[in-house]
Amino acid sequence: MRTIISPALMIAGCLTASTVLAGGKPELIVLAPDYFASEWGPGPRIESGFESRCGCDLRFVTGDLLSRLRLDGGAGADVVIGLSTDQTAAARATGLFAPHGLNLSVLTLPVAWTDPDFVPFNWGETAFVYDRTRLPDPPDSLQALIDAPDDLKIVIQDPRTSASGLALVLWVDAIHGDGAAEVWRRLRPKILTVTPGWSESYGLFTAGEADMVMSYTTSPAYHLIAEKDDTKRAAIFPEGHYFMAELVGRLTSSDQPELAGQFMDYVLSEDFQKMIPTANWSYPAVMFEGALPPEFAALARPEKTLFLPEAQVEARRETAIATWRKEMTE
Amino acid sequence: MAGGAKPVRPGALPLAAGGAAAVAALLTIGTLLAVLARAGGAAWPDAADWAALRFTLWQAVLSAGLSVLLAVPVARALARRRFPGRGLFITLLGAPFILPVIVAVMGILAIFGRAGLFNTALGAIGVAPVSIYGLTGVVLAHVFFNLPLAVRLILQGWLAIPAERFRLAAALGFTARDIARHLERPMLREVVPGIAVTIFLICLTSFAVALTLGGGPKATTIELAIYQAFRFDFDLGRAAMLAGMQLVLCAVTAALAARLSLPPAFGAGLDTSQRRWDGTGRWVRLADGAAIGAAAVFLLLPLGAVAAEGLPRLLSLPAPVWQAAGLSLAVSLAATALAMALALPIALGAARFRRGRAFEILGMLPLATSALVVGTGLFLILRPVTSPGALALPVTALVNAVMALPFCLRALIPAARRVEADYARLADSLGMTGLARLRYLTLPRMRRPLGFAAGLTAALSMGDLGVITLFADPERATLPLQMYRLMSAYRLADAAGAALLLMGLSFGLFWIFDRGGRADAAV
Repeated sequence: MRTIISPALMIAGCLTASTVLAGGKPELIVLAPDYFASEWGPGPRIESGFESRCGCDLRFVTGDLLSRLRLDGGAGADVVIGLSTDQTAAARATGLFAPHGLNLSVLTLPVAWTDPDFVPFNWGETAFVYDRTRLPDPPDSLQALIDAPDDLKIVIQDPRTSASGLALVLWVDAIHGDGAAEVWRRLRPKILTVTPGWSESYGLFTAGEADMVMSYTTSPAYHLIAEKDDTKRAAIFPEGHYFMAELVGRLTSSDQPELAGQFMDYVLSEDFQKMIPTANWSYPAVMFEGALPPEFAALARPEKTLFLPEAQVEARRETAIATWRKEMTE
Repeated sequence: MAGGAKPVRPGALPLAAGGAAAVAALLTIGTLLAVLARAGGAAWPDAADWAALRFTLWQAVLSAGLSVLLAVPVARALARRRFPGRGLFITLLGAPFILPVIVAVMGILAIFGRAGLFNTALGAIGVAPVSIYGLTGVVLAHVFFNLPLAVRLILQGWLAIPAERFRLAAALGFTARDIARHLERPMLREVVPGIAVTIFLICLTSFAVALTLGGGPKATTIELAIYQAFRFDFDLGRAAMLAGMQLVLCAVTAALAARLSLPPAFGAGLDTSQRRWDGTGRWVRLADGAAIGAAAVFLLLPLGAVAAEGLPRLLSLPAPVWQAAGLSLAVSLAATALAMALALPIALGAARFRRGRAFEILGMLPLATSALVVGTGLFLILRPVTSPGALALPVTALVNAVMALPFCLRALIPAARRVEADYARLADSLGMTGLARLRYLTLPRMRRPLGFAAGLTAALSMGDLGVITLFADPERATLPLQMYRLMSAYRLADAAGAALLLMGLSFGLFWIFDRGGRADAAV
């Protein structure tokens, strides 16, 4: 038996060796969602950008942010990046975050931002994305979508497992409040299916399974820039679009408070903000001159942005999900 | 094992089997207890949980029942027919089962989806499209995944009937019905309950398939409820309660199945390769051909769609994807070695000891564990000792090995029982014990299921996301994780290429191991 097991352990051992090798420089540990630190996320550019100015070593630790924060106080991280606006209450409740102390007047968001703990570094709005060659005549308002014939098929995400899914039920709740049940009852025949995450939904949409997908106003920019494809559009609704931002915050437990502070400054710097559009396919939180690629500037913009205060999100979340679930299962 | 015929202390097998079972118990029950301890107690199920339980049971019963029912004629046809490409087809049958869920779902939708081949064809002849979203889709996908597994395991039962029995049947002028009654049904009685329960349990913990194809929250399974309790409510007590519910369900069904299945008594054969004289009638041949043909179309078309989708990008995949493929290979091989080291002692123990059923039930538990609970439990256990990120890969390998244990045992236990029933007395009378017995009797006779089990483990481990929610290491991503990362960065074409690479590697590993196990067989 020993002869069978040991090669396995040796392989495993080799793979783990050399994981943590701090090379004398101070180390800043950044807790981020997995997609963020991947080769195709903004992580690598942030790492090289910050390391070139801090004389330190930036290391990402990845995982489910809220779970990590609650299970082990943030994995020894100094900074947490990638929280979403609907998570602020839960994150704040952990008591692990220190005030950011930044001057927020530089922000160029479509909403007022005054949070003392969390700083947005990019933002976007929820939107239904369609392909104009497949759907030449898309609904031009949420009401039109609700009234659309049932053979218009949309694909959405589950609010219990996905951030964008949660944003959708809060979006409907923000517009229709107690009338949300009726909205879901009418939308239900048009909902082709509900996926656990955004990726699966988007995959179904691009594979031609659904006419519209619950995504973001900035999604078409990816197709325009990376694929030179201008067939994808976000349907703009006059009722307003739900605001979502990604946030950064610093932890009180950090043993590198100075570096953490530098990193917070870096997040709002021109360097960082300029790479956001094509690294994370969303709008930068601070609009520097010439920061936005022309394709982004040409995207359709909603006239109204819906932004729910944290307290309202917390108060409505359970009701909104329960209403959705009830109408979708009956 | 160079020591050869040196007898080992009689306590070696119970010790090894007990040790392996303990590892399985630690990962399934131990992790649950760790989560429970952290939560400080379990919650009580509410109405929505009972609804989730009902849906979970219902779809799992349907999926398992259909998979096994459809598998029997296909396995029978494969057992009594010889045709060019039969070996390749049998190997290809392993492919759907080892695909990552999202890849398989995309493959199925390319054929049966709204814009799929099937509905396009229907549209061309003026028939209204058929929607598969809903219970139909869930069951269809589960049958797609599990029918091939059932066929393979049942076929193994067929091939394990000694060739001499068929010869005798032919000499006695047995009709197809006689053969069914005296040979096939007793064999099915032995293998089918265990296979049905295995598939039932696989479907029990389904989550992404059920949700994506289920059409909405009506298709909420217990596993999804666990996910929600963790991710959104961070209610560990609820998650632990739901996970406990799954484990109890699993233990009860596994115990029931153990009582239902009866070992057949075919006796030992001379290992000549099976030749069949029955089934020569035109209708029988037609029926067999139809069974094989239908299975081939149903299973291979979606795989073809995955291949067609991924082929254009396969060679231009970015470097990190290839790197991830190398890592995944290493993890998968480590998991396979571990799984064999765990499964073999348990299977032999289950076959030899009177109370061996307990091992068998314990070995089934990983089927019903929630990946999220295992991940969190391990995290809580390891956290005080070391940094979880540093252990990402070893933990993934270990978890994959234990998760594959039930499939290995399904393949190994019947074979071990047969060796025990047919040769134990002879071996005992020869004083053949310990390593010598393992080397000269057990291993050679179990070669085929061992190869199959190793192939399955390697492939499953390739495609598994493991426990990355808490253990992800940004520098060392596995191939499935890299594929998801591509998808969440909008790079769907690259993701399709990665999916094809993943399918190819999984399948290649499976083929090599499985082929190794069948090297001597004229299959």
